[in-house]
Amino acid sequence: MSQQFSYEIAHLIGATQLMAGFGLLYQRRVFAVLNTFAFQALALAAAAAWQAHVQHAPHLYVTAAIALLFKALAVPFALHWLVEKLGIHRTVETALSIGWTMIVGVALVALSIMLVLPVTAAASALTRESLALAMSVVLLGMLMMITRRNAVTQVVGFMALENGLILAAVSAKGMPLVVEISIAFSVLVAMTVFGIFFFRIRERFDSLDVAYLESYRGDRS
Amino acid sequence: MLIAGALMTLPLLAVFAILAGRRDFSHAVVYAGCFVASVALLAGGLQYLGGHSGSPSVVLPLGLPWIKAHFRIDNLTALFLLIINLSAAAASAFAVGYGGHLPQRRRVTPFYPIFLLAMNLVLLADDAFTFLVAWECMSLASWLMVVSDHQDAENRRAGTVYVIMAVFGTFCLLPCFGLLAGAGGDYTFEAMRLRELGALGSFLVALLAILGTGSKAGLVPLHAWLPLAHPAAPSHVSALMSGVMTKVALYGMIRILLDLHGELSWHWGAGLMLAGGITAVLGVLYAVMQDDLKKLLAYSTVENIGVAIIGLGLAIAFKGDGQKELAALALVAGLYHMANHSVFKTLLFLGSGAVIAATGHRSLGALGGLLKRMPWTGAAFLVGSAAIASLPPLNGFVSEWLILQSLFKGPAMPHWAMKFGVPVVGAFLALAAALAATCFVRAYGVAFLGRPRSDAAAEAEDVTFGMRVSMAVLAIICVVMGVIPVTVTDALTHVVRPLTGIDLAVSADLGWPWLSPVSSTRGSYSATILVMFGLSLFAIAIFIVHRLGTQATRRADAWDCGHPEDIPESQYTGPSFAQPLRRAFGGTIFQARESVTMPEPGDSSPATHQVRMIDPIWQGLYVPLGKVVDWIADHVNRLQYLTVRGYLLMMFGTLVFMLLVVAVRQQL
Repeated sequence: MSQQFSYEIAHLIGATQLMAGFGLLYQRRVFAVLNTFAFQALALAAAAAWQAHVQHAPHLYVTAAIALLFKALAVPFALHWLVEKLGIHRTVETALSIGWTMIVGVALVALSIMLVLPVTAAASALTRESLALAMSVVLLGMLMMITRRNAVTQVVGFMALENGLILAAVSAKGMPLVVEISIAFSVLVAMTVFGIFFFRIRERFDSLDVAYLESYRGDRS
Repeated sequence: MLIAGALMTLPLLAVFAILAGRRDFSHAVVYAGCFVASVALLAGGLQYLGGHSGSPSVVLPLGLPWIKAHFRIDNLTALFLLIINLSAAAASAFAVGYGGHLPQRRRVTPFYPIFLLAMNLVLLADDAFTFLVAWECMSLASWLMVVSDHQDAENRRAGTVYVIMAVFGTFCLLPCFGLLAGAGGDYTFEAMRLRELGALGSFLVALLAILGTGSKAGLVPLHAWLPLAHPAAPSHVSALMSGVMTKVALYGMIRILLDLHGELSWHWGAGLMLAGGITAVLGVLYAVMQDDLKKLLAYSTVENIGVAIIGLGLAIAFKGDGQKELAALALVAGLYHMANHSVFKTLLFLGSGAVIAATGHRSLGALGGLLKRMPWTGAAFLVGSAAIASLPPLNGFVSEWLILQSLFKGPAMPHWAMKFGVPVVGAFLALAAALAATCFVRAYGVAFLGRPRSDAAAEAEDVTFGMRVSMAVLAIICVVMGVIPVTVTDALTHVVRPLTGIDLAVSADLGWPWLSPVSSTRGSYSATILVMFGLSLFAIAIFIVHRLGTQATRRADAWDCGHPEDIPESQYTGPSFAQPLRRAFGGTIFQARESVTMPEPGDSSPATHQVRMIDPIWQGLYVPLGKVVDWIADHVNRLQYLTVRGYLLMMFGTLVFMLLVVAVRQQL
């Protein structure tokens, strides 16, 4: 198996993850957002497994398993269950229209490529491309967090951001396992906190639109 | 050894003051300890200045691990150690007996040793980091003592203004040292001396150094905090802040401008000189109108700082122009004035402290006739007033005379701006000196002469022995430094040699007692001979009066000249003494307006006379500046009330902006 081939495959999986990032921005239904997110996490697990194979780093298989179990299965199912349980409004409430969001997203991808490629000129092609892709995924996740009103979609944005971070982590050689495990663990904790948070907001306001929270802040006189 | 030991004693004293603050004797113990430490530091400075044994330096593993703390003693440091610890010793000795009447005594005593320690460390520091840390400790310790009596709203305001100005000063010094150190990041003064500054760097360093140290010293228009903060502290602390801390600021100015900064253009000297002239005149004009004794002294500090800065600016101008001998002369004059001012201003503040302790008043309107009740304080205050009014043969005269002598050489500069500017500054200096004399005739006359204006003043008792002795010692030093000026200038020439690169002989032509800085034919002064001549004339006059005067007894009503009724209001008061000056200068500079309200015929209420004055610098500079800051704060305040998404958007926007900056810089 040639160097070139392994590079192409890694590139393909990374690009799939980025496409899933755009897909997250494009969806108009909450369930579709969750499905797309599960697909992105699946791509992440594939990327981690492929890197483990290429770099002969068995600990990355653990990463892949964590991504598969938690991000691709547990988190989407939990969110699914929450949305049904709480009877949440199933359309995505946007703060910026979808067309504009996509344009901004493309600009962010261009920015991250412009930024990463010259900086990492010394590194191998594999690392360079993956870093550019990972950074795009992170920026798209952030963009999702600020352009969506609903708390569920904000949480998904946050998780997508984590996906980008882990993609960067698995692409760079020599990232210790403990870092990945701690990231995975933090995601799980965040998930739990957000779940409790949803219930509380829902109980109080009958909606998960975070705008309702704003009139309840203590510092506003 | 001596110095290190003394420095280490001071923090221990602070800890002791905190632990034992409840017991009354602890204050006396702490101040006595400070006195001993100051005397030890004084001895250390004197020993070094006499010995000239190189410049010993020491590196201690303190502070940041990769920078360490560098300390060094050279001539300049030794001189300022001398100036500072002389006043500090006197103030500490005074404080042993002082302060019993203060309710907030426990809030002052722990910070006093810290204040002394910080000032000494500023002098000894040999790298920017240590310098700035010590400088900030000095500001904070003095601030804590300024706000010690925080029940009074005026003191709280003084504290706020002071801390803002202190932060401003450090805010200027920080980038100043950063520029001096350059990108290499070697913060030792040794490395800074060797570095070449570019044109822009040189400009910025000089500007920031003048702003940073000038705001601490009280250079107009950065003086606003000084007359508020100095009087707010207890008197022995006021004495140190006015007499000593301003000198530490001037030390910083000399260290940066003449030592660390390689080549300074003569323009800076000219500007500094003019600023000094304006500071001197404005300071004394404020001082002459004050009714509060401590405020008057604080404004007079502003004046004297102006005078010292004239000398310093002139030295920089001469040095920038290559006239080393004249630069050395001007610098000697400036340093002489700094030393003098620290002695007599400490003396005067301690005197005012004695007056407050005895009467509980600091307003001139409630004093009067104190000379009879407090002869020791009165005599010491008289010497201090005469010295600050620059009367020969006291020390104030010598330094102002030397500064004037070096100003007379200003036309030797080839630049027309200096040829014309120097006489203007000379006129400012002469005006300031004359007004200072008026100011202290007024202060002394109203406070110590005449009849008491309040019951407290009528029943005042002179202060304790220790306080009297510390004032008397300072008064004697005022006389000594005035009578043997050549000895002092000879010591100062050693200090200025490394700064100007020349050995100056201020008494070359005529020999020891004669001070003839320019040449023997242009001007010379010998206080020693003057004093001998004066004393013999005095003796002859007494002899003649006693021998040839009539022995017949005459009888007349006591105090019948201009005081037909025995009420204190019939004598001159502080405001009435200042009225001619207020009319002459105040109308334009302070917008002083007097208004008399006469009651209607038949109305039995008294007529009132009111004076309204506006502080032009406060109203013209600080108030608008405050408004701008308020406006900005109001608008920035909206950021407090953003939505969650708003905050996320801000972070995201910042991140994207930073990334864009990096991306664009890569393309270039």
